[in-house]
This record gives sequence, C-alpha cells and structure tokens, in this order.
Amino acid sequence: MYSQGLRPLSIATVVALAAGLALVFFYAPLDADQGFIQKIFYLHVPLAITSLVGFVVGGVFAVLHLRSGERRWDAWSYVSIHMSVIFGVAVLITGSIWAKASWGHWWVWEEPTLVSFLIVFLLYATYYPFRYAIEDPERQGRYASVFAVTAGAFVPLNFMAVRMAQSLVHPRVFATTNGGLPGSMLLTFLVCLAATALLWITLVKLELTAKSASGQLKRLRRALEGPVPRAGSRIAPEVS
Amino acid sequence: MTPDRITPTGTAFAAILGKDLRAELRTLQSLPAMGLFAVTTFVIFRFGLDRTTLSGSLAAGVLWATLLFAALLGVNRLFVAEREQGGFDAIRLAPIDRSALFAAKAAALLAYLIVLELIVVPIFALFFLDSAAALGPLAAVLLLADLGIAATGTLISSMAVHSRARDLLGPLVLLPLLVPLMIAATGASEPLLALGGPGYHRFGTWLAVLGLYDLVFLLVGYAVFDFLLED
Repeated sequence: MYSQGLRPLSIATVVALAAGLALVFFYAPLDADQGFIQKIFYLHVPLAITSLVGFVVGGVFAVLHLRSGERRWDAWSYVSIHMSVIFGVAVLITGSIWAKASWGHWWVWEEPTLVSFLIVFLLYATYYPFRYAIEDPERQGRYASVFAVTAGAFVPLNFMAVRMAQSLVHPRVFATTNGGLPGSMLLTFLVCLAATALLWITLVKLELTAKSASGQLKRLRRALEGPVPRAGSRIAPEVS
Repeated sequence: MTPDRITPTGTAFAAILGKDLRAELRTLQSLPAMGLFAVTTFVIFRFGLDRTTLSGSLAAGVLWATLLFAALLGVNRLFVAEREQGGFDAIRLAPIDRSALFAAKAAALLAYLIVLELIVVPIFALFFLDSAAALGPLAAVLLLADLGIAATGTLISSMAVHSRARDLLGPLVLLPLLVPLMIAATGASEPLLALGGPGYHRFGTWLAVLGLYDLVFLLVGYAVFDFLLED
C-alpha cells in the first residue's frame, strides 16, 4: 500500500531535479558579488527548508500517533525524521562549503541560520540513541512520539533565540527570504525547492515501502513457520 | 469511577511534592552532590581559564555552564525512586490526574535548583566577582531559567528513567534542548556581570525569551505527560 504512486512520484522527482539543475547552470544569472559559488544556494537552502519542514511533519505524525495509538503513524514519524536528519547532513556540508568559499572559513558562528540548524540537527541526532535505549517496542514508539512533539516545538524557539543572540554589528549577509531575488533566480530557486521536496517525499515513501515489504515477509515466514530472520534494526518501527 | 472520587489535583500535587522534598531532606541524595559538583567546577574553571576574577561574557558562561551541568545531576536522579520502588505503579493506580505528577516533580526540581543557587551563586560571587551588585537582578534570570530547566528536565527524565542507559540518555537529549535557554540566560547575565557595575542591555528581551521557553515547555510537558505513564 505504501508503494502506491511511487513510480509516477519518482519520475516527477527525476524530472524536477533535472529541470532544477538545468536552470541552475544554464538559466540563472551569475551573482554579481559572489559569482559561481552562489549557485550552491539553490541546493543548500531548499535542502534546509525541506529538512526543517520534515522535522515538523515528523512531529505532526507523532501527534497523530499519540492521539490514535496506531503504530503506522509512528513509522511515518520515524521515517520523516530519519530522512530529515540525512538531509540535515547535506545542509551542514553545503553550508560549510559556502562559508569556506565566501568567508574563507569552514564554519562561521556569525551566520545565525546555520548555527540554529546545527543545534536542531544535534537534538534530532539524539533521536536514534533515544529510541535504541528503550526496549519495549510499544513504549519506544510512544516515547519517540513525545520526543518528536517536544523537538517540533523546539525548532522555532531555537531559531528565535539564536537569531537574537547575534550582535547587531554583523549584518545578515545572505537574504534567505525571496525578497531581494530577481525573477530568474526566484524561479530557479522555487523549482529547486519543489524538486528537493519531491525527493524527500519519494525517499520517505520508498523507505516505508521497503519496511512494509520486509514486515510482510517476516509475517509470511512466521505463518509458514520458517526461520524468521532477526530484525535488522531495533530502532525502526515495524510497518504492517 | 465516579468523578467525585478523584482526589483533587492540588492535594495530589502537594502529597507528591511533600514526599519528594521529605525524601531528599532525609537521604540528601541529590542536593549536596549538586552543590559540591558546582563548587568543584568553579575551581576547575579557575585553573582551566587561568583567571582569578571573571566578568562579562566569561563570568556568565562559567556560571551558566556550571549550573546547567549541576542541574543535570539532579535531573538524572529525579525519577529513580519512582522507577526502582514502584512509585510509577502507585501513581497509575491512584485516582489522581497524572499531570499532578508532572507538576509535583517539576516543582521538586525547581526547589532543588533554587536551593542549589542560593548556596552556589554567592560562592561564585565570592570567588570571582568584584561586587555583589549583580546578584539582585540575576535572581530574576535564575528563577526564569530554573523554571525552564524544571519543565524540560522533568519531561526528559521521566522518559530516560525507563531506558537502558538512563544516565546517558538524560543529558544527551536534554543538553541540545537547553541551548536556547542557555543563550537567553547568558545573554541577560552578560551585561549584569560586566566590569563596572551591572548593565541592562536587552535585559527585558532576554527575560521574555526565557519566559516564552518556560511557557512552551510547561505546556508541552503538561500535554504529553499522560502518554508517558500509560503501560
């Protein structure tokens, strides 16, 4: 049931990604100040936005899980957070590259958005040991959902606090809002954002499909009283 | 069960809080350890930084890092008795609103932190500060920050105590959660502890951030705590 619509979704993702990259390299103008390196913006910012939205979406699934008690919502929440953490690694790496190219340092503490992102990432990185440390699967799912809800509330609060902690001496160098972008850059950015979001959705669905397939296989084996393989992962929720 | 047989939440809250404070007074499990840890950490900072007096951001950083880590010691022990001696089962059986447990535990942690700071912050002033003029306004920052630590600490501790590596898990999850609180608390304390008398640059703003943090996590804790007690 999770595989439904996966094929058209994958095709749409590939098309959007190809269109996005084509626009980045052949259509969007070179930035007057930063030149070619500015193009990493079309990768870095959509990844960051998708990742953060994914964390919040994981929190929403967690609320559904707590309210209904249905384990499949825990699986949705887990996979959402899992995928966002992976996207988060890419955000930190692309952010570092950008910082190195434009400031000459791999890490810049004056960029509040990047620093906030690091803190959020560190918090969500503890999601795995957190799940791993709780053995009873039912309790594990429940606690993981509480974690996801708490962390979801934490994301906006953290961004506010870090933004305020910057002394006013440092102006914000990049406008991450679309306010200052010319039309061609804005179009490219939006296509890239849509492509990244599609990629996230496709990967989430793909992982759920894989989990569901292995769950079904396990049940079939059990029904046939064949050897049931040991669970591959103790922290991922089982999907029916 | 008819609603009139449910013990009023206020009574339950007072009973659990009273039990916790009495147990702490008799066993002295948490507070002396937290105090000793904090004072020793001051000494470590004295040599680590090679400074005999501190001011401004350095003073705020040393004070808050120490308080935060000392608080973690208390957070780790908060639910141990409930877990090991069947307190959770008793709470589940008792005809009370479960959020009374959250409120009482958060209040107990808040009380520990206030007592800790009453002892440790004057020692900090004695060790490192030129004057004690900042301690008055600093109390407001401390109180608001304590409330936030109590809210998130209780929430995380109640989950961590059911895990295999509970001493590890509590600090691991709690520290990143407390980063915004640390930012606001040091932001407010830095001008207070500056050389040449306390300043109040953006003092109100930081207090508002602390207040918002407290509000958000008290509400989150209240909303989700029920799910942590189901079994």
